[in-house]
Amino acid sequence: MEFEPVIGLEVHVQLNTKSKLFCSCATVFGAEPNTQVCPVCLGHPGVLPVMNRKALEYAVLCGLALNCSISRFSKFDRKNYFYPDLPKNYQVSQFDKPFCYNGFVTIHVDGKDKRIGVTRAHLEEDAGKLLHSDAGAGSGVDFNRTGIPLLEIVSEPDISSPEEAYAYLTALKSIIGYLDISDCNMEEGSLRCDANVSIRPKGQKEFGVKAEIKNMNSFRGVLKAVSYEIDRQTEVLLCGGKVVQETRLWDADKNMTFSMRSKEEAHDYRYFPEPDLVPVVLTEANIEEIRKYLPELPSARMKRFVMDYGITEYDAEVLTGDKKLADYYEDCTRLFNDYKSISNWIQSELLRELNDRKLPVTASSVCPKKLTDMLRLIQNGTISGKIAKTVFAQMFETGKDADTIIKEKGLVQISDPDELKKIIADVIDSNGSIVDDYKGGKEKSFMFLVGQVMKATKGKANPQVVNQMLKDAIG
Amino acid sequence: MDIFNQTACQLIKMLQSKEITSRQLVESVIDRIGAVDSKINAFVYVDNTAALEKADEIDARRANGEPLGALAGIPVALKDNLLYCRRPVTCASNILKGYYSSYNATVVEKLIGADAVIIGVANMDEFAMGSSCETSCYGPSRNPWNQDCITGGSSGGSAAAVAADETILALGSDTGGSIRQPSALCGVVGMKPTYGRVSRYGLVAFASSLDQIGPITKSVADNALLLQVISGYDHRDSTSINEDVPDYSASLGESIKGLKIGIPKEYFLYGMDSDIETATKKAIETFQQLGAQPVEISLPYTEYAIATYYIIATAEASANLARFDGVRYGNRAKDADNLIDMYCKTKSQGFGAEVKRRILLGTYVLSSGYYDAYYKKAQKVRTLIRDDFSKAFQKVDCIVAPTSPTSAFKIGEKIDDPLTMYLSDIFTISLNLAGLPGISIPCGFSKDSLPIGLQIIGKPFDESTILRAAYAFEQNTVFHTQKPNLV
Repeated sequence: MEFEPVIGLEVHVQLNTKSKLFCSCATVFGAEPNTQVCPVCLGHPGVLPVMNRKALEYAVLCGLALNCSISRFSKFDRKNYFYPDLPKNYQVSQFDKPFCYNGFVTIHVDGKDKRIGVTRAHLEEDAGKLLHSDAGAGSGVDFNRTGIPLLEIVSEPDISSPEEAYAYLTALKSIIGYLDISDCNMEEGSLRCDANVSIRPKGQKEFGVKAEIKNMNSFRGVLKAVSYEIDRQTEVLLCGGKVVQETRLWDADKNMTFSMRSKEEAHDYRYFPEPDLVPVVLTEANIEEIRKYLPELPSARMKRFVMDYGITEYDAEVLTGDKKLADYYEDCTRLFNDYKSISNWIQSELLRELNDRKLPVTASSVCPKKLTDMLRLIQNGTISGKIAKTVFAQMFETGKDADTIIKEKGLVQISDPDELKKIIADVIDSNGSIVDDYKGGKEKSFMFLVGQVMKATKGKANPQVVNQMLKDAIG
Repeated sequence: MDIFNQTACQLIKMLQSKEITSRQLVESVIDRIGAVDSKINAFVYVDNTAALEKADEIDARRANGEPLGALAGIPVALKDNLLYCRRPVTCASNILKGYYSSYNATVVEKLIGADAVIIGVANMDEFAMGSSCETSCYGPSRNPWNQDCITGGSSGGSAAAVAADETILALGSDTGGSIRQPSALCGVVGMKPTYGRVSRYGLVAFASSLDQIGPITKSVADNALLLQVISGYDHRDSTSINEDVPDYSASLGESIKGLKIGIPKEYFLYGMDSDIETATKKAIETFQQLGAQPVEISLPYTEYAIATYYIIATAEASANLARFDGVRYGNRAKDADNLIDMYCKTKSQGFGAEVKRRILLGTYVLSSGYYDAYYKKAQKVRTLIRDDFSKAFQKVDCIVAPTSPTSAFKIGEKIDDPLTMYLSDIFTISLNLAGLPGISIPCGFSKDSLPIGLQIIGKPFDESTILRAAYAFEQNTVFHTQKPNLV
């Protein structure tokens, strides 16, 4: 029997507001434990929450970008459960009236567009972090993270493969990056993802029994965990077993999921309206005011790049995936008109250097001006494309501009026939048999001769000029 | 004439005319506490040193001709659920013994801003859960009129302290009658303001949608004065309302001629205590003589108020009290094997029986499968109760009713019978559900010479009208002039 997977993702995005959701504490990542806390986020007696308007704006902005309807009337609810990292032993979240609902994200897999439904996106407060002592001295809680706004984005079970799950996360991260409302860094925990996975016989309408997978800490981890879980469930069913509803944890070292708790052990969260906060009413005007901050989104920008710069859809998708990279590209296009060449250089040389060093494009030592100045030197024949790669590496390493490096290293291309004449004559003289091979019709031999000239000039000879002169000389 | 048994309004005049000093006033009150509190147990603690220092500071500033706040030099007692920075606050619970506030409640900030002298912290029912002050971990406060009797609750310590002249003013909190009922039973004036009138920031929450802080005083004029100081919008409390605060004292003396006073027929049906019935009916006659016009009204959903209240209040309380878990502050059970065991033992050891009962009740009504039948239905009935009042207020300016169905009962009489105890709040609870202001004023005495309170209920944010009616009644009766004989 053939099975098809049904996958839904719950993504928690930490919003990068300056202060927490219900108090004015700072939200800086990596601060000393319990240095960004106050009576409110520590859940001391008598404290009351006050909603951060910025977090609300971010949530609505994100909802608009995800094609969601925005609730005119929403409210917060208390989600009750006991855990030491949750100071009040309830989390202020949203139950039946989320800020955003009924949207979608378009993903691009195997050359096809597919819409993944977004059931809802709601605001809630983050919990703290338990720190366990190795020395057995007990456990501590760092409450710095407590109360940082989280936007929980819940997808419809529209995802049908691990690759689609990966594409959904990538698309979501890209959109949120454009909105500049979160760092979306899964390793640092500013983006967290749980996956609901079930399988069903192909063609069946009803869903199978799902497992909720937690504890993935990278997009690739989600891909692997979902793949593993589909295989596991398939095996269970093929062996005549039944999938049980449960929560499972992904173990990235063992590449397996493990059962954490069954449905029977699931919490009864006893949601009820948060009486300390008043319902949030948004008018059409409020929403339109927020919509003004909606930037051009990745999919629209991609289409525009194809139209305006004549690059391929694939290239446009790579360039527009990260807003900062797309900005970099567009800055370059304002300085230089060979758009295709800019795109190539960014995707090959620049991204390689950045990825090697795990740097964002904004930290590149080669700015758009320096890159395009270098490309102009290729265009006007001052350096060859091959030399340019060396020059670029140097530029990236030192932060110097192309001109300086070329002068310092003497890398200017030799295009003057007078300078090349003697070298070419020498190569022909000392490679008589190869010249004969070429004359006898062996095309490859010609390339060898070009190579010899390049070698003699330490790669500085202008290849076009060398080609022409060699052909003329051999006849 | 003793200093301690004057009203705040009288004392402010005496201080301003330099007839007395703040130090003399505070010393007088401290001496009074020393003389009678062993009988009353109104105070959890009294901070003599700080109070005297503050009094001296006020005296010095007065001598220098510096401007002073509205309550300059006047002793005020806090209820033990209001946070006063660097001072202990326990909500009369073992679970919080040893806990010190790390910030000031908004009302405390306002008292300090008004140059009041915070004299000490008054006893209460544990976490404000009770109608008799008997659930306190410090033992019950005793009624100044008869020390075998309860003070009422939960703000029993605050009301008893005012009645026994152990303080000039006091703050209480009222979730279902916790200011008005003890005020009635102790023969003093207590007001629950409109929900949202006074910031709840720094009030340890019992039931967030019902809690409200209010003044307990010896006279209506004092009540207006203290309400003035603590009222107003606070950005730290999202449920506080940004409405202008009128000058409550200014309109006190105005006539109540033509004032339409609603008499809810449902409040006189419950096989009523005859003393209470007589006193209330007499009070209505007094109002009539003053030119007010009684109008019979109906509040048909009254009979559901207690059930509704005990679902909503306990549901909210079950979440509000979850934070007292021994993890970050308060008392933690020492002999726990693991996390769950620690939670269980901490809460078992820290909370008293009534608090546990309400947490369990609240947890139950919110549980999956029961939410719709209990919590959701209670919210709907709450709306109906609110509508009852809205309709009534189309016909009348305020509503008059008894505050409590009985006068003070004996300590121990009802503590083992929670359902009977819960009936103590039958006339007060609806106001919390509807968010309305209500004031209790002395209106008579029972056959056993225990005080009886009259409740005047107002429209939302119309504390002025009920203060005016209360003042007119007080100025034309003598009940408030009588004092318990304590020495």
